[in-house]
Amino acid sequence: MPGIRKPAPDRKARRTGRGGVMGSTGLYLATGVAALLFLVPFYILVRNALSTDAQITGENWTFFPTDVQWGNITSPFDDSSVPFARSLWNSTIVAVLHTVGVLLVCSLAGYGLARIPYRHANKVFYVVLGTLMVPTAVTFVPSFVLVSSLGWVDSYRGLIVPGLFSGFTCFLFRQYFLGFPKELEEAARVDGLGYWGAYWRVVVPNSLNFFAAIATITFINGWNSFLWPLVIGQDPGAWTVQVALSSYTTGQTVVFHQIFMATAISILPLLFVFLFLQRWLVQGIAQTGIKG
Amino acid sequence: MSTTSELDLASPAPAKASPARSRRGLRGNSTFNFWLFTGPFLIGLAIFIYVPIGWSVYLSFFEARFTVTPEKFIGLDNYRHMLTNDDFVGSLGTFTVFAAFIVPTTWALSLGLALLVNRLRFMRAFFRSVFFLPTAVSYVAAALIWKMSIFSGVRFGLMNTVLSWFGIENIAWLADPNPPWYWLVIVSARLWLQSGFYMILFIAALQNIPAELYEAAAIDGAKRGWQTFRYITLPQLRATSTAVILLLLVAAYQAFDEFYNLLDKTTWGRPPLVELYLKALGENQDYGAGSAGAVILTVLICAVTLFQGRLMGFGRGDESK
Repeated sequence: MPGIRKPAPDRKARRTGRGGVMGSTGLYLATGVAALLFLVPFYILVRNALSTDAQITGENWTFFPTDVQWGNITSPFDDSSVPFARSLWNSTIVAVLHTVGVLLVCSLAGYGLARIPYRHANKVFYVVLGTLMVPTAVTFVPSFVLVSSLGWVDSYRGLIVPGLFSGFTCFLFRQYFLGFPKELEEAARVDGLGYWGAYWRVVVPNSLNFFAAIATITFINGWNSFLWPLVIGQDPGAWTVQVALSSYTTGQTVVFHQIFMATAISILPLLFVFLFLQRWLVQGIAQTGIKG
Repeated sequence: MSTTSELDLASPAPAKASPARSRRGLRGNSTFNFWLFTGPFLIGLAIFIYVPIGWSVYLSFFEARFTVTPEKFIGLDNYRHMLTNDDFVGSLGTFTVFAAFIVPTTWALSLGLALLVNRLRFMRAFFRSVFFLPTAVSYVAAALIWKMSIFSGVRFGLMNTVLSWFGIENIAWLADPNPPWYWLVIVSARLWLQSGFYMILFIAALQNIPAELYEAAAIDGAKRGWQTFRYITLPQLRATSTAVILLLLVAAYQAFDEFYNLLDKTTWGRPPLVELYLKALGENQDYGAGSAGAVILTVLICAVTLFQGRLMGFGRGDESK
């Protein structure tokens, strides 16, 4: 059996495998099997999305359709009972504005808490910390009560605005700005910039990695969130793509290839985000995930 | 507009004066700046977090059906109703079972994957990506794949197909609570979705363990493998493990998406949030009882978080070494 090798990152390249060929084969075998299992759901998704229903429900398991049904791509859009195209559009708007809003509001607050001296800053910080103890999902009933009395049900405002004030994201920004080099800001002051000017011209441009990390996580969460859009989107016109997908499970008729194609389409934008921004995502999680 | 005035005030001082005076000059308008930066966030926090919680506490003492401006004060009746309600109390039991399954399995799987990936010498980024990829998938999408294919109760579901190769009869994974196969469906879906995320945390922590520790252990004659893992790796990961377990518990407490979509029409397997959703936004729209339930859940999660924080010494500034 292979032994545990030193997990020292700086040595990984030069490390000689003392487990030898056998150890490394076992290691790659185990990792490979695990990886295959992790890919099964993606395989199922693609296979079913590109098959006919007859193939999906057939007597024998077809590994992959020989006649790939590219025509299935339009099937979710042709179904008039679920406004799929509309829901994709809604999700795009919601996820983008959610991300921009969260970054703007929470980073400013995080910077203020971290860097601007104020007598009662500590008390204000406790007000923010207090919200960390209560997961927002738990308070969806009261939030719905408030938002519905504002008349924001079935609107973008209702979908986006209540989610902007994330105590956790504000906290992450504060922690990050506490470690931001003071010298850069002091240089900005010497150049005659106040807090506001220094923030936009010096602090933000030098923090783009961190902003990208938070943006990626926030976008994914915004696109994938379900409970709040379900509560707010009562009219099908206000559904996000997750709510639209969910409606397939309760539908009267089940058209398999259509459901799987819709699911695949809903995942696609995120896979792109994921592939291109993975570096920041991993960095962001490694830096911040732990501090919750 | 506020920008320019602030600029005018701030600019002369640092330009000419000594550092001490310039700092005083900035402090003069730092109160204004503090509120300029934090104000929008704090106003939002007040309106969308604190006001709803307060309103909810208020509603929980009233009979509020189909209305959010109730008139009939009923004291603690909503709380009594919820705490003696078998469905609501049962949902806390469901959460307990769920947490008992999902927390240890996710912890073990994500740590195992991290150990594997961390030892790879080539294709490391590839395998890390594969395990991390499900993080991009929503719970709704995963629930659909699980319900409509992998754990579909019909003959052509993937699991039933595989079982049939071994001559095993079809299993109704979700439609029959006896035996409760639905837990396998729920737990495997969430495992797939979240393990990669926690794996990243563990990889980061593994890479922070000083190599000297392993060298010292080797000199002391510790065998590679279990001994080094048990006496070096595991203790060094303590802070991360604690944090991961806490995050997992809080996440399990908020479970909604996959239960809602996988067990749509069933009466079993309802965690607290699904129960609350049905109570407050179902047919009766009982906001009073729903609010009481939300208050109970909030108090419980606060108590658990505080208690756990104390117990495990987890908090701000406590970082993995």
